[in-house]
Amino acid sequence: MKLNELTISEVTKGLKEKKYSSRELVADCLSRIKLTDKKIKAFITVSQDEAMKAAERADKLIEEDKNSIEKYPLLGVPMAVKDNFCTEGIKTTASSNVLENFIPPYDATVIRRLKGSGAVILGKTNMDAWAHGSSTETSDFFTTKNPWDLTKLPGGSSGGSAAAVAADQCVFAIGTETAGSIKQPSSWCGVTGFKPTYGRVSRYGVISMCSSTDSPGPITKTVEDAALVTRIMAGHDDLDATSSDSEVPDYFDGLKESGDLKGLKIGVPKEYFMKEMDFEVGDNVKEAIKVFEKRGAEIREVSLIDPKYSVAVYTIVQRSEVSSNLANDDGIRYGNDRRSFGEEAKRRIMLGTYTLSSGYYDQYYAKAQKVRSLILKDFEKVFKSVDILIAPTSPTPALPVGATKDQPMFGEMQDILVEASSLAGLPGVNLPCGFSKNDLPIGMQLIGPQFSEKLLFQVGYVYQQMTDWHSRKPVI
Amino acid sequence: MSKHKSSLSKEEVLHIAKLANLFLSENEISKFQKWLSETLDYINILDQIDTKESSPTYQVTGLVNVFRKDEKKPSFTQDQALSNTKNSHDGYFKVKAIFEE
Repeated sequence: MKLNELTISEVTKGLKEKKYSSRELVADCLSRIKLTDKKIKAFITVSQDEAMKAAERADKLIEEDKNSIEKYPLLGVPMAVKDNFCTEGIKTTASSNVLENFIPPYDATVIRRLKGSGAVILGKTNMDAWAHGSSTETSDFFTTKNPWDLTKLPGGSSGGSAAAVAADQCVFAIGTETAGSIKQPSSWCGVTGFKPTYGRVSRYGVISMCSSTDSPGPITKTVEDAALVTRIMAGHDDLDATSSDSEVPDYFDGLKESGDLKGLKIGVPKEYFMKEMDFEVGDNVKEAIKVFEKRGAEIREVSLIDPKYSVAVYTIVQRSEVSSNLANDDGIRYGNDRRSFGEEAKRRIMLGTYTLSSGYYDQYYAKAQKVRSLILKDFEKVFKSVDILIAPTSPTPALPVGATKDQPMFGEMQDILVEASSLAGLPGVNLPCGFSKNDLPIGMQLIGPQFSEKLLFQVGYVYQQMTDWHSRKPVI
Repeated sequence: MSKHKSSLSKEEVLHIAKLANLFLSENEISKFQKWLSETLDYINILDQIDTKESSPTYQVTGLVNVFRKDEKKPSFTQDQALSNTKNSHDGYFKVKAIFEE
């Protein structure tokens, strides 16, 4: 087995036992990128020299101090970073022509924390421009391909990060989710993607998109790895006033506590198994539900507000916040001027400007925020009778390259099953749960109440102990 | 529920573009007329939901009025702050004049 194929928990063990060095591990990832990325196009920037230097520093620390891995839990572990996290000295574009040459003079809080834990940045991954989309097709540079089938999309917006993990170009990656941007590409690429509660992870230094829902999170090969990375990413940050100051529990230690799920009540929202859905998706998720049942969980059908309304709320809220956030991009202090915006960004800025404009604010923006309150109450109610929810992540497996053409609502319809929970700030995880007859991955999502990360990791861990969907690898 | 189809005029599209400080080509103007109208048609389904008793949510975890101490902290050097601009002069950002002489 090549080192780049390993999980975080495997490589940290190997590094500690000095079976190999971080330099060897990073070199394996870099050669994997060299070999496969002409086809997959997950990376915008590969920071080879910086990565090798960081690996050298990690090896030196491991050499000098036998407890270094306890002190720095990601010491020497190579990661891929979505290109909307500011990385000091490394170009950060958000896949947009406006920021094509932007080199941040600072690190996002998440990057500072991960680097502080010893993680090594391999490079920056492609995404939908400004994170507007669910395909990477709105990237101003190029479209990333799905490692399971190069004629298919990886999903998005964190499509480059999900593809990089699926193709073993890195040990793990990080992404951001506004509504589905971690879970949906993880579903299409057959990897584990975790979206924390809004405010659990700092947004400082992440190029702002929809400030009331943006949530950074990890994309990994296992739930165990996702718990480890989230533990490092999470926590209060003075630089993000909306970050939560509640204590971050030790997700990782808790993982192996529960072997069975006796007493756990899992809700299955009937509205989330839509008529229009690909039947293979529904069938695979229903099989997964049986696995939880076998471990003692009680399954209950529940009802939630029809997700089509969440799509409308999300569209208004997201476009409105986008029009405000992207007003920053005037080309004066950094970046190119506003003529460089791509079509999708302009479309979203235009709609958001309209829904916030005088005479339409109440009809659209205020109305959407009122319906959002109803969505929050709806979840509060359902979590009185069940502990977590389970549903498909995306209504279909990966769609073909080109599927987004002339579809102004493409992203929203793809993300129909994740938008309500994002609007309510809820955490969720995508877990691979099967394959279509064309060998495309299918994913399910577990959704919990705000700040229920630990429970989601535990339940996800139990599922991955009983199944091996997450360990299957594409042939590239 | 609004039954009529939304339709934005060319003038409306140009007005929004002006508010948004965007430059649109003729081709884009007609495309945006179509796309924005289609999206408005979709989001109008919210009219079906009664929100008379509901107040808006702007912050989902319930935070209100977060303050920090007003104190000096290390910041960018002038060079760092200017490192990404194309137009600077004597250590300042250079912008177009906004007043006429």
